[in-house]
Amino acid sequence: MFAHQTLLHRLQHGCQTMAYPEGPAPALPDRHGGALRVETTKCAEGCDACLPVCPTHAITRLPGNPALLDLGRCIFCAGCVEVCPTHAITQTGDHRMATRHREDLLLGKPGEEQVRLAAALDEKLRKLLGRSLRLRQVSAGGCNACEADTNVLGTIGWDLSRFGIQFVASPRHADGLLITGAVSQNMKLALQKTYAAVPPPKLVIAVGACAISGGPFVGHPEVCNGTTAVLPVDLFIPGCPPHPLTILDGLLRLLGRLEKPE
Amino acid sequence: MNLPRAFATLSNGTSLPWAEVPEWLADEFVAATAAELERGGRLCAWFGVPEGAATRLVAIVAFDADNTLTVGRSTHVKDRYPSLTLAHPQAHLFEREVWEQHGIEPVGHPWLKPVRRQNGDRPATGEFFQVEGREVHEVAVGPVHAGIIEPGHFRFQCNGEEVLHLEIALGYQHRGVEAALVNGPNRATLSQMETVAGDTTIGHATAYAMTLEALAGTEAPLRAQWLRAIALELERLANHVGDLGALANDVAFLPTSAACGKIRGDFLNLTAMICGNRFGRGLVRPGGCRLDLEPERAGQLREQLTAALADVAEAAAWLWDSNSVRARFESTGAVSAEQAAEMGLVGPAARASGLVRDVRFDHPAGWHRFAQIPVAVWPGGDVLARAQVRWLEIQRSGKFLEEQLATPPDGELQIEAGQPANDTLSVALVEGWRGEVCHVALTDGAGRFRRYKIVDPSFHNWTGLALALRGQAISDFPLCNKSFNLSYCGFDL
Repeated sequence: MFAHQTLLHRLQHGCQTMAYPEGPAPALPDRHGGALRVETTKCAEGCDACLPVCPTHAITRLPGNPALLDLGRCIFCAGCVEVCPTHAITQTGDHRMATRHREDLLLGKPGEEQVRLAAALDEKLRKLLGRSLRLRQVSAGGCNACEADTNVLGTIGWDLSRFGIQFVASPRHADGLLITGAVSQNMKLALQKTYAAVPPPKLVIAVGACAISGGPFVGHPEVCNGTTAVLPVDLFIPGCPPHPLTILDGLLRLLGRLEKPE
Repeated sequence: MNLPRAFATLSNGTSLPWAEVPEWLADEFVAATAAELERGGRLCAWFGVPEGAATRLVAIVAFDADNTLTVGRSTHVKDRYPSLTLAHPQAHLFEREVWEQHGIEPVGHPWLKPVRRQNGDRPATGEFFQVEGREVHEVAVGPVHAGIIEPGHFRFQCNGEEVLHLEIALGYQHRGVEAALVNGPNRATLSQMETVAGDTTIGHATAYAMTLEALAGTEAPLRAQWLRAIALELERLANHVGDLGALANDVAFLPTSAACGKIRGDFLNLTAMICGNRFGRGLVRPGGCRLDLEPERAGQLREQLTAALADVAEAAAWLWDSNSVRARFESTGAVSAEQAAEMGLVGPAARASGLVRDVRFDHPAGWHRFAQIPVAVWPGGDVLARAQVRWLEIQRSGKFLEEQLATPPDGELQIEAGQPANDTLSVALVEGWRGEVCHVALTDGAGRFRRYKIVDPSFHNWTGLALALRGQAISDFPLCNKSFNLSYCGFDL
């Protein structure tokens, strides 16, 4: 009776995996805001309203220049958006934020108002990893929210394995690391050892404000202010935590899976 | 010196001047704290306040049946004091923490070693307890685990498959939260509170907001209190549902595991519907809430809530119906009521051992003064009990939310939190989904934080997991671990 019921339920529900990326991406919640944008021409001369409200000191301003916002430090509290008198800093509602280079997360120079989205791996790595990527996750001094929303990608709604991406138990079986957390001093050795155990070629993916820059704990002597202090990083995925869709977009972008086949 | 007879009394979410906290010499303070615990108290917090080269000890004790808290402090302690742990084991981690942070030794402490202190590029874990014998072997697990999980180290002493002893060494997630709070509040404070434990964002942010409001003598508007209570139950629902799924997964019962994985996301999305963030970042603010739950939004939320609750009822029914699941859950990882009380367990882990212990009921503050949720208790203390408590709480939180969403209070959402009073101590307790979240703040002469103590429920409960493993097969560790699902970052701070 029991097996019959569960099977029946499964049949009634059908496939619960989302159509994305073939179909449209699931909508972000209306209050999410997505990636930020800094409109350089709108940033008022002599104004520094956004600077003191930023909890992670993600915004700096040099005299004569517009405000420079580091999306890698941003925890998306929208404090700057709320106080900006000229609406120079705005929310785009865009879930796509992953970049290949740290500097591509700096917003506020002419022509660099938004993040410069990640390019795919080169042909050789793509051929090697594009259809089968095994990652070892290392949690290293964060709050467990990035971990939680990375785990979500394994649930039936997202079904990460349909892209050939899988989280594995041993670094020896992995093609790379997905790192969360500000890299606490107490996790430094464990992270280095895990990295050393991954056979080359290997990728490093930093997920969340902590792993990119230290996030809410930036500047604490107990942390290394992110992954780059310890390891070379191939992909940066901002957020606090990033929405699962933002993480998935980053992974697929890196593998060149979001581009139309030629 | 005249010795005061009793600790000072206060209630949840209130403050009192530091000068009114009664004071004892160290030896007498330990005896006075022991007397409080012996007349039915429970140790919520025990910490040091540095004063020059010396340290004062502070104890916060809860009397759950009386709905009161009591507080006392010691005079300057320089090098050592007699350990409280000998008579009251629930103090054991607190005393290790005080020793680590302030260098004062609890004389007689049976297992004095670091809690989370840094030793170069790793935590100072110290020597592990070892069992000797021809058939005895040791298993070391972590800090990097097999799944997507936080780091921690588990050291098992086994006789064949049987675990004789488990020692848990944490500290890998230590990122200096408490140290950074000193001299605050500042612009970073709220974001640090929201990330003490990312899955308990509402719990910790609410405790922090209550702390600032208590220090300033203000109260958040009723509508904000209502919204905080709603967000707290949504947080509980998401995590409890995720835990039921994870427990099912650990006994290879995939229908419930797959369903709950998705339904957990549905609950996180309800929180995101209110504030944009699935973990509740940016909702709770000192003085109120930043975003409102307007009638139309509340209507949508209620609709989706009802659907998600129906889904989880179905997925849970499969779990309880399955003989194989019951066989794996029953009698696995049992913690007796006596052990739970002695170790000071909190939250679902305590309630699953039959202890009636729930901040929402025992120490109601905010909206819980007007709207109650029955305490979910189950006897047995095994994995089944911890799963059943979660399932009871899912149903009761669901019912609470359906009632509350139908009757929102009007009025404003946020007021100025106000300036924290000088030289004042405040205590805020919130029943997070893992149990009691305790924040104690002490301000200096300028109203800045002189000391801010955070006690995440996991601080009390990790020892419960170690006890649950005694005499179990080591292969049942994942299941037992999941049945507690404790926070590493909340413990490590």
